[in-house]
Amino acid sequence: MNSQPTHLQPLSTQTKLSRFLMNWILLTLVWIGFTGTLDVQELLVGIIISGILSLMAIRIFTCCTLALLAPKKLFYLGKFIVVFLIALIKSNFDMARRVLSPALPINPGVVQFKSQLKSNFAKMVLANAITLTPGTLSIDIIDDTFYIHWIDVVSDQPEVAFKEIAEDFENLLLKIF
Amino acid sequence: MSIMEIIGSILVIIGSIFLFLGALGIYRMPDLYNRLQAGTKATTLGAMSVILGVGFLEPDWFLKLLILVVFIGYSNPLSSHAMARAMYKRRVFPWTKEGGVDAYREVIEKETEKKES
Repeated sequence: MNSQPTHLQPLSTQTKLSRFLMNWILLTLVWIGFTGTLDVQELLVGIIISGILSLMAIRIFTCCTLALLAPKKLFYLGKFIVVFLIALIKSNFDMARRVLSPALPINPGVVQFKSQLKSNFAKMVLANAITLTPGTLSIDIIDDTFYIHWIDVVSDQPEVAFKEIAEDFENLLLKIF
Repeated sequence: MSIMEIIGSILVIIGSIFLFLGALGIYRMPDLYNRLQAGTKATTLGAMSVILGVGFLEPDWFLKLLILVVFIGYSNPLSSHAMARAMYKRRVFPWTKEGGVDAYREVIEKETEKKES
């Protein structure tokens, strides 16, 4: 919290270049998705526009560098997405069970735990993943402490809460970022 | 009916069922945070499922709709987190059962003390 905001920190040329190229690739992919063709003219305009945009947004899009394209990381990224989708479906059935049962079986509370993730983007991804997994909603992140609203509190010990809520995701995210 | 149409229609129906359950959850839950929980999860999967279903019904739009699914997947939890945090900072405390835990409350109390002194 007391460190400088991310968009003001000085960057090395290598990070800048790597981030620029990665943003360029991502934006071009989004462009292809939106236009839906591989026509040369469309593609050329898309590449130029994404290049200009990623040059302008070098301090705003801090998500990824070229390192993400390593096959190992791509594998773990795919695994993360699969685990996440399964958790999302599970959480919906969990929610449906709670909503439909007449007794409304909930025991809400706010728990905290610490995470080892360093970069802000990784923390954001973890918080989002936590929000969409069964029975949890992330309220705040202060430095490395996560505050989580839990609809069915099993234990108020941070270690147990961490194990129940975030361990799988964090292990995968540590390998990706 | 082709196979694509059947898959698409099933996805749309599943999505609307989850959206309905989300609405029911918002009606039944006791306080803001639990309502947010029901709302976020159900609308995320519900909207994703409906959009993907439309993608199967209209294969030309599939890539665009896939991008929409990704946007929904990360903007939905972000907005619910923003709402929960803002309401907690306005000192709307979560409802708990007898002896329930509330780890965040100390942080807020400290912050208010700092402001007052």
